[in-house]
Amino acid sequence: MRAARGWWRTVIGLALTGVMLFPVYWMVNVSFTRDQDMRRSPPSLFPLNGTLEGYRAVIDQQSPYLGVSVVVGLGTVALTLLVAAPAAYSLAKLRPRGGGALGFVLLIAQMIPAIIMAMGFYAVYLNLGMLNTVPGLIVADSTLAVPFAVLVLTAFMSAIPDELTQAARVDGAGTLRTFWSIVVPVSRNSIITVSLFAFLWAWSDFVFASTLDGGGGLRPITLGIYHYIGNNNQQWNAVMATAVVASIPTAILLVIAQRYVAAGVTAGAVKN
Amino acid sequence: MNRVTQAQAPPAAGPVPAAAGGRRAVRRPRSAQWAAWAFLAPVTGYLLLFYAYPLYRNLELSLRDYTVRSFVQGDAPFIGFANYAEVLGDPAFGPALWHTLVFTLVSLTFQFTIGLALALFFVKNFRLSATLRALFLVPWLLPLIVSSSTWSWMLNSDSGVVNAFLALFGAGPVHWLTSPDWSLWSVIIANVWIGVPFNLVVLYSGLQAIDPVIHEAAALDGATGWQRFWRVTFPLLRPVSAVTLLLGLVYTLKVFDIIWIMTRGGPSGSSTTFATWSYRLGFGNLVPEFGPGAAVGNLLIVMALVFGLVYIRAQRRQIFS
Repeated sequence: MRAARGWWRTVIGLALTGVMLFPVYWMVNVSFTRDQDMRRSPPSLFPLNGTLEGYRAVIDQQSPYLGVSVVVGLGTVALTLLVAAPAAYSLAKLRPRGGGALGFVLLIAQMIPAIIMAMGFYAVYLNLGMLNTVPGLIVADSTLAVPFAVLVLTAFMSAIPDELTQAARVDGAGTLRTFWSIVVPVSRNSIITVSLFAFLWAWSDFVFASTLDGGGGLRPITLGIYHYIGNNNQQWNAVMATAVVASIPTAILLVIAQRYVAAGVTAGAVKN
Repeated sequence: MNRVTQAQAPPAAGPVPAAAGGRRAVRRPRSAQWAAWAFLAPVTGYLLLFYAYPLYRNLELSLRDYTVRSFVQGDAPFIGFANYAEVLGDPAFGPALWHTLVFTLVSLTFQFTIGLALALFFVKNFRLSATLRALFLVPWLLPLIVSSSTWSWMLNSDSGVVNAFLALFGAGPVHWLTSPDWSLWSVIIANVWIGVPFNLVVLYSGLQAIDPVIHEAAALDGATGWQRFWRVTFPLLRPVSAVTLLLGLVYTLKVFDIIWIMTRGGPSGSSTTFATWSYRLGFGNLVPEFGPGAAVGNLLIVMALVFGLVYIRAQRRQIFS
């Protein structure tokens, strides 16, 4: 009887997940729908006369944008780790005076709306001539990830036993050596988690892209979709195909880092 | 708050390890402090350059009379709070404030309620529950432009699947995105969909931390399922709920992408919130009004702080009474 009850829960769970993920399915469905079927009423629930035209349009028109997004994402990951990993090591293991205050500042920083940062960045970049540049966008995007990265990495690194770092010290390793040879390898999983989130946020960013990178030739994929919606309201299969392609990093994140994602959501969010 | 932190295995310690190091209260020598701050130097420089400075420029924008030309030349006259006065006197101010409040409160209510219901459902482990829980994260992890454009098409008046579904029940087509009566509700629906997973994950980890023995004791004392929820689970979950709602509040106040992509704050301002209004002033028109735009943005920050403080006070009163 217990097993039977468990099965009921699975059935309900599947139904709930189906409802929740229906928009995702719909995106995929529309991406395969032919232009002439797009306005059909009622819309067909399955892409019976499927077409790959949408995806062909993505490859033809959106490839450069995808490239820019990959570069921006990787740059954001590099910058984020470069800044956040040493800071987290220090906060977790070196007990700096004033470290608590810095942690608080990071917590507040996480809550500042990106739209406000964007306006400030716009003013700064205009004077520096950094508008419409990839490095400018990388720096702006990294502000989405750095506070989160420091907080999460600090939490993970605090869990490294002190005996480990002390043993390295006894063996004659300096602070830098301990960090690089002991703490970083041991924290590999958390570093991967943080990198994935940093990449995903940079990849998903629309606010900074549209304010700081709206005019140049090197635009990320989010703007590619946005201008698609504005320009050709008819070709929704191409829009949705781009959306499907833009969702790939999310899928990868879920598949390879499933068990860290939930930890990352809560660890970044819930801190006191 | 601690309950959630303890619920996941890896981040067992808080972000302020200085407090956690009571076990070995050995005072580090001065050179160790230097090393510690050497490792903090990049992040400190980073925060000053890429957080403090843009925020300072934003504040400055709001206090000067910028035009496109003076923006480049940097010689805009200082006008004090005139930009703020202009924004407050703008006929768009009242509606924008109201939409921000409605958007935030309605979104939070539904996200939290649905998230909690799902967390209660998933906390009883069953076959496939871990996989399904992971799948539930998808809406939260998708790029906002992806979710927003998908919802735009689903809510399309003529060819959208939502109206096709409603037609099955004889309900007339709803002009979700093009009618001033519905646009705000449309963006709320999309925002609730995106926010539910976050609430589910956090509340789920909070529920997991509640000792099942307490439930068994309550059941032995004859409490029904409903009573057990309201008298046992809900009170024990209060700290976690507080954090979830507070973070949800801060995140929802700053929602911009969804609204801008789906409706651009329209039609005729019917879904304009502070975030989209600020963007429209600064970047959405041919002639940018950076000063008022920055002023609206700063009002948004103040609003978040006020909400946060009111909320924390209410919370404290509850705990101490």
